[in-house]
Amino acid sequence: MTAYDRLKIVRSSDRPQGHDFVEALFTDRFELCGDRRFAEDPAIMAGIGYLGDQVVTYIAIDKGKDLNDRMKKHFGCPLPEGYRKALRLMKQAEKFHRPVVCLVDTLGAYPGAEGEERGQGQAIAENILEMMGLRTPVLSVVIGEGGSGGALALASADRVYMLENAVYSVITPDGCASILWKDASRVQDAAACLHITAQDMVDFGVAEDIFREDFDRFDKMCGEIKTRLLCDLHALCAMSVPRLLEERYNRFRRIGIFEENGSIRQ
Amino acid sequence: MVKRFGLFSRRRVPRGVPFSDEEYEVTCSHCKKAFLRSVLLDSQFICPECGAYIRIPARDRIRLIADKDSFTEFDAGITSVDFLGFPGYREKLTKAKDATGELSAVVTGVMRVGGRPCAVYVMDSRFIMASMGSAVGEKITRLFEYATEMRLPVLGVTCSGGARMQEGIVSLMQMAKCSGAVKRHSEAGLLYCVLLTDPTTGGMTASVAMEGDITLAEPGALVGFAGRRVIEQTTGAELPKNFQTSEFLLEHGFADAILPREKMRETIALLLRQHGKEAV
Repeated sequence: MTAYDRLKIVRSSDRPQGHDFVEALFTDRFELCGDRRFAEDPAIMAGIGYLGDQVVTYIAIDKGKDLNDRMKKHFGCPLPEGYRKALRLMKQAEKFHRPVVCLVDTLGAYPGAEGEERGQGQAIAENILEMMGLRTPVLSVVIGEGGSGGALALASADRVYMLENAVYSVITPDGCASILWKDASRVQDAAACLHITAQDMVDFGVAEDIFREDFDRFDKMCGEIKTRLLCDLHALCAMSVPRLLEERYNRFRRIGIFEENGSIRQ
Repeated sequence: MVKRFGLFSRRRVPRGVPFSDEEYEVTCSHCKKAFLRSVLLDSQFICPECGAYIRIPARDRIRLIADKDSFTEFDAGITSVDFLGFPGYREKLTKAKDATGELSAVVTGVMRVGGRPCAVYVMDSRFIMASMGSAVGEKITRLFEYATEMRLPVLGVTCSGGARMQEGIVSLMQMAKCSGAVKRHSEAGLLYCVLLTDPTTGGMTASVAMEGDITLAEPGALVGFAGRRVIEQTTGAELPKNFQTSEFLLEHGFADAILPREKMRETIALLLRQHGKEAV
């Protein structure tokens, strides 16, 4: 299967969305709203719930149920207030010493005038910066599209997992094709060149593991994901905070391939 | 971590002198008049004819800010690799290196301004639009790590087209890598001052360019996250003329001040003085 085939799969609307995963993964949930600065962004669906026996803060990007819902959620493209809501709840999780689980599925942050007026770049930057110092474990699962900075703002985490067909990219293949070749129809070539598949993420050290997809037995699949997340959470919760932060720092610190004085470093 | 000795004694591979006096012509993109580089250095790259701000090459920017002979370059031997075999990347890199004499899109090091020491990174728009890949990410990260260890403030002069797509997801991760180093520097109680210059966009805006304690912006510079064309195409909205300029940023609360070049040096010196590193 090519990268483009997977891109088409994750963009299909009959695929389970953020809200489906939230319902299947977390029990006894209480949803929380608003960034306490400007507004509520429904594209970010967040709250407190149980992952098995563990209380967690969950933060999911949701593309929406029907057309109306999708339009309200900008098809899963968060506004700055969405990222600030996510950050508020991460800080709250830090205060109450509970881990954070993020579910990522976005084409990217919403590209609109209102987003720019309210500091879309600054909102994402602040999330990344604060996540690098967040004193509680953070897990991120890319369940569909991991679109650029808009995804990284919820994925500067201790562990990142990819669903089997999920993709993660520095720019949408569509955007890449139109910038590079001035031809948006070459999205297939761009998808291949950008290396966006789950296996690519594991190869580059961007993700730890890949979750097999079985949407016909969705609850069973989510049960397996839950078991894995809980296992990793328990290990992370057992770490001292300085060690947790050190390992998170190093997780990103070692990513990069460059040449130094004639030899390749990676 | 590598053991380091003293502020200016970190062992580096020298690649010639940091500043050359080579004379060549630079054309003002506004009035299309050409000027000698030495003339523009005297005018701080403000067009003598029409007053437009001409983009400043990284080394010339440092020369305009730093005390004379105070700059020491770091990690000059780091350069990019086409590890994805991305179409056209190798050629782009060769062209950028030939055109600029640089090995990457950022120059890093330490300098003094008004006698006070400061770590500095300056991005160079002539090098693949100063997009941020592994080389840029590594150099900025090392600079912040050094500044944290040596308890130095950091000045970042940004311009960038965003993350370098020719390095795929690895370039996106540089945003988190650099931010991690910025966070440690910040938690050590040290000053990070950003000067946004034309153009600062995309992944740069969504990371290190917007993580400063103090954010300054050059007059009229383009600063934003999403591209103007993308926004127009996606939303069909008509955008104001000053959309995504420094002035727009100031108006919406995302910059502290517009900094004209005439004030650049003295303002940076003042901020360093206010943040307490002794003059040496």
